[in-house]
Amino acid sequence: MTGNFRLPSGGRIDRNRPLGFTFNGRLYRGFAGDSLASALLANGVTLVGRSFKYHRPRGIFASGAEEPNALVQLETGAHTVPNAKATQVELYEGLVARSQNCWPTVEHDFGQVADLCAKILPAGFYYKTFMWPSSFWMKYEYFIRRAAGLGRAPESPDPDRYDKMHVHCDVLVAGGGPAGLAAALAASRSGARVILADEQGEFGGSLLGRRDVIDDLPGAEWAARMAAEIAENPEVRVLRRATVFGYYDHNFLGIVERKTDHLGPNGGQGMVRERLWKVRAKQVVLATGSIERPLVFADNDRPGVMLADAARSYANRFGTRPGSRAVVFTNNDGAYGAAIDLADAGIPIAAIVDLRADVQGPLPTKARERGIEVLAGHAIAATLGSKRVQAVEVMLLNPEGDKVHGTPRRIECDLVAVSGGWSPTVHLFSQSGGKLRYCDQRLCFVPERSKQVERSAGACNGSFGLADCLDEGYAAGAAAAVAVGFEAPPRAFSADQPGETAPRALWVVPGKAPVGHSKAKHFVDLANDVTAADVRLAAREGYRSVEHTKRYTTLGMGPDQGKTSNVAGLAILAESLGKPIPEVGTTTFRPPYTPVTYGALAGSDVGDLSDVDRTTPIHDWHVMAAAEFEPVGQWLRARHYPKAGEDMEAAVQRECKAVRQSLGIMDASTLGKIELRGPDAVKLLNMVYTNAWDNLAVGRSRYGLMLGEDGMVFDDGVTTRLGENHYYMTTTTGGAAQVFGWIEEWLQCEWLDWRVWATSVTEQWATIALAGPRARDLMHELCKDIDLSPAAFPHMAMRSGRVAGLPARVFRVSFSGELGFEVSVPSSSGLALWIACMMAGAKYGIAPYGTEALHVLRAEKGFIIVGQEADGTATPIDLGMDWIVGKKKPDFLGKRSLARSDMVRRDRKQLVGLLTKDPNIVLPEGAQIVDRILPKPPMKMVGHVTSSYWSGALGRSIALALVSGGHKRHGQTVQLPLEDRVVEAVIGSPVFYDPEGKRLHA
Amino acid sequence: MLLITCPFCGPRDESEFACGGEAHIVRPADPAALTDAQWADYLFMRKNVKGVHFERWMHSHGCRRWFNAARDTVTHQFLAFYKMGEQAPDIAPVSYTARPAPRTDPALPADPALHTDREGAR
Repeated sequence: MTGNFRLPSGGRIDRNRPLGFTFNGRLYRGFAGDSLASALLANGVTLVGRSFKYHRPRGIFASGAEEPNALVQLETGAHTVPNAKATQVELYEGLVARSQNCWPTVEHDFGQVADLCAKILPAGFYYKTFMWPSSFWMKYEYFIRRAAGLGRAPESPDPDRYDKMHVHCDVLVAGGGPAGLAAALAASRSGARVILADEQGEFGGSLLGRRDVIDDLPGAEWAARMAAEIAENPEVRVLRRATVFGYYDHNFLGIVERKTDHLGPNGGQGMVRERLWKVRAKQVVLATGSIERPLVFADNDRPGVMLADAARSYANRFGTRPGSRAVVFTNNDGAYGAAIDLADAGIPIAAIVDLRADVQGPLPTKARERGIEVLAGHAIAATLGSKRVQAVEVMLLNPEGDKVHGTPRRIECDLVAVSGGWSPTVHLFSQSGGKLRYCDQRLCFVPERSKQVERSAGACNGSFGLADCLDEGYAAGAAAAVAVGFEAPPRAFSADQPGETAPRALWVVPGKAPVGHSKAKHFVDLANDVTAADVRLAAREGYRSVEHTKRYTTLGMGPDQGKTSNVAGLAILAESLGKPIPEVGTTTFRPPYTPVTYGALAGSDVGDLSDVDRTTPIHDWHVMAAAEFEPVGQWLRARHYPKAGEDMEAAVQRECKAVRQSLGIMDASTLGKIELRGPDAVKLLNMVYTNAWDNLAVGRSRYGLMLGEDGMVFDDGVTTRLGENHYYMTTTTGGAAQVFGWIEEWLQCEWLDWRVWATSVTEQWATIALAGPRARDLMHELCKDIDLSPAAFPHMAMRSGRVAGLPARVFRVSFSGELGFEVSVPSSSGLALWIACMMAGAKYGIAPYGTEALHVLRAEKGFIIVGQEADGTATPIDLGMDWIVGKKKPDFLGKRSLARSDMVRRDRKQLVGLLTKDPNIVLPEGAQIVDRILPKPPMKMVGHVTSSYWSGALGRSIALALVSGGHKRHGQTVQLPLEDRVVEAVIGSPVFYDPEGKRLHA
Repeated sequence: MLLITCPFCGPRDESEFACGGEAHIVRPADPAALTDAQWADYLFMRKNVKGVHFERWMHSHGCRRWFNAARDTVTHQFLAFYKMGEQAPDIAPVSYTARPAPRTDPALPADPALHTDREGAR
């Protein structure tokens, strides 16, 4: 059904700015100021989607964030947004939207068969059906996943830009309706620094959809004037289209501001699409309004059934007729105001059906005076129609409210404006930790006790009348300003509010047949197709907690998060359990209030900016040499330097060969470097390392292992004594920050009186490792002022001098097992030194080698790598490094743990070498080791491979492994069951190459 | 996100800090003299307080100084910030007594020291 449902005049739309848009492939027109929902209604489009479970036809139900039905797939391609609420999408030229959860079309949806099978799809359907046989879950899951969800996520990268702002303010006002505007006015007039945020494009909240008068001005105009006054104040930041979505500890709130969504995917070219505001507010005023609840009655989901205030808003704000003939169904006075507005807009009100037997308030009186028929003590017992409601059947309600009787009266209508009362929007209040109280008079949860520095004002505080909203808002804003030291300004505006009589609590409106016993469905949650019968079934099946019932029935778990359904759902549960509502309580309100895009949360921290890439001063050379890089911690390190035609294996073997036979060069600048100074430096070294440091001479170096207090190896490195009270510590590349933090922690928290200072100098020095038999030859050429002879400059020593003309510290250390020098120069000279080495080394066939070759070379020597052999569960003893544990030392960090009973177990996993019987097989790292092969798992695993390589120097494969009791198992054969075969290997020493270390000391 | 007052820099967002767990755990002067159980108590056992908790924080993305704080683990309100080496302020423990009295369970070991003060042990 389509046609023109636009009212001839009125509304806050700009009739001079028509906009074209497409819905389900058809072109329509709307106006600037329309929401997608109002534009669809104006075009007579009332069937917009299919429901989640039963695929029932659904129309537009609400006019704001609470919309459970009208979820659309907005736009296409990379810009597509799933589950967009048509009520919140501002119309723009060229907008493209589609219905969701229907195939092939929303009019003719195959999934509708689910509705016919409703009897076999009760609450907890998945849990009951897919449990057997248990091995079939994986097969079921495929189909469930296809059936689940509504819209489709975009499949290509997000083309939009996002950013974040961190701000502070005196008063944050969440919500720009009457209460929020009043609060912001009071606070800003007092001089406080204020942030006012509202989710809509226009301030005014409920004033935009109603015909209230404030200070003799139409409500919407008053709102516009006040918003303008507030915005003029330089101390105030006014955010439109900005949802305060989360209230966190210590008055920290998140706001997402949608800056370009109302312009369409291409309308905001160059602009940031969304901005995430992270606000720390001294005071918060919550003026988040309230959400109308529907009544739960038979087949209350047909398109054309709509919240009364939403219907009124479509007429007043959007100049749209949401229907041609309306029945209003209510339990409270508020809906009478909606009925009067609809009637004034030219929509005939066939009747107001009121659950209350006695209806006397000022608004009902006014409605009666207008000649509107009021059916007090009646209920809608049935709705008729399929893709649009065509009529309702009204019957008398008994005083208990559990049965309808009498002759059904059929009333033709295509709009059922329904109101079950109002729920204060307490989401942010609850997120802040505030406690709620159930109010029996107003039938809703209201804030009772704040936990944070926050005030709720207006409808979100349970004060629904306009004058109350203005009063409370102004008072809250003024009080917040006073609390931060400003003076409260005088009060300034007035509004009328009609008195209201009490609503009637009737959580399930009876139909012709008992609930759940006919085809009629009493929907509680439209978004997830949860009915009153489902909630009652859960209660019968033993669910007592509202949190469990929520998960079992999926009540309130849809994209709308139960904004219209939660209160009714828990009330029905309470009724079924025979408990009062407060005893059942609410489910937990969690951020975000409405969905926030991942883009906004990520901001600009994406792509190259998602994490830091640290590079060395020599990095550009590695790039030019076409090195392959690997991340090590935050560093990018050259992994290998493939020449034309080489794969990684070939490159690594060539690099290893160069080091073993002639000369290799490596950029070791990423090693962590820490300078320690002070008279207690040696005391510190004695505590953080396992070995003794008292007798290290100036100019000499020593290798050390660092343990956690639990006795596990967590870092290693070489430390050199540079002077009397001056040491230079190196750490692993990945562990540098951790080691520095470790030293700081002990010095600051435990050893406060020790006189030692630690400084990270990792970035100050560039370090180049020269390794291979020709290393000394090259050093001779580049360095004239250091005696490089083995006697004068032995292994594990350090000398200062000039290398290639650059001031340098030269260390004789080696991680490859070959003669090695590490030359450190100031970072700015690193590249110059590297180039000098490359040029002078050309005659030796100098080869740059990367981390992969380094790993092969050290594995041939049985040197551990922290993170591979030392995986956080290995002690020095496990690693066969007893020699470095100072047994005579009275104490060092982790020492006591090494004596714990579990640490001295003989079957601990210990480091061994592993040689495959077939020398050509390179084991996969991580392969599990067993003693005995069984036909199928499980088999008893006795260890695993930690490192495994092809060793060119040995002409065979080698591996390191941690094996239970491995130190005593040298010579024994073990089995490694791989995916496609079983490999046999022999346990042995982890040192495969030059076990005497002759080459090292050359 | 908590607002934490570094004694050296002033109030800053939690994201600038790292929490170091329970404060005032002194490393034993002579670990070798301890039994395995005593050492394990120092190494692993931490209070799990419902109420005022004394804990260490480090301003890791700021001045990199460690300090102590007293925080109510129920409300997340900080009751004090003080420097390392300073005495813990005298803060009366908050009582949250919603919890029913523990059942008397004959299977529990007799040593009361193992079962006081540790909610998780029950």
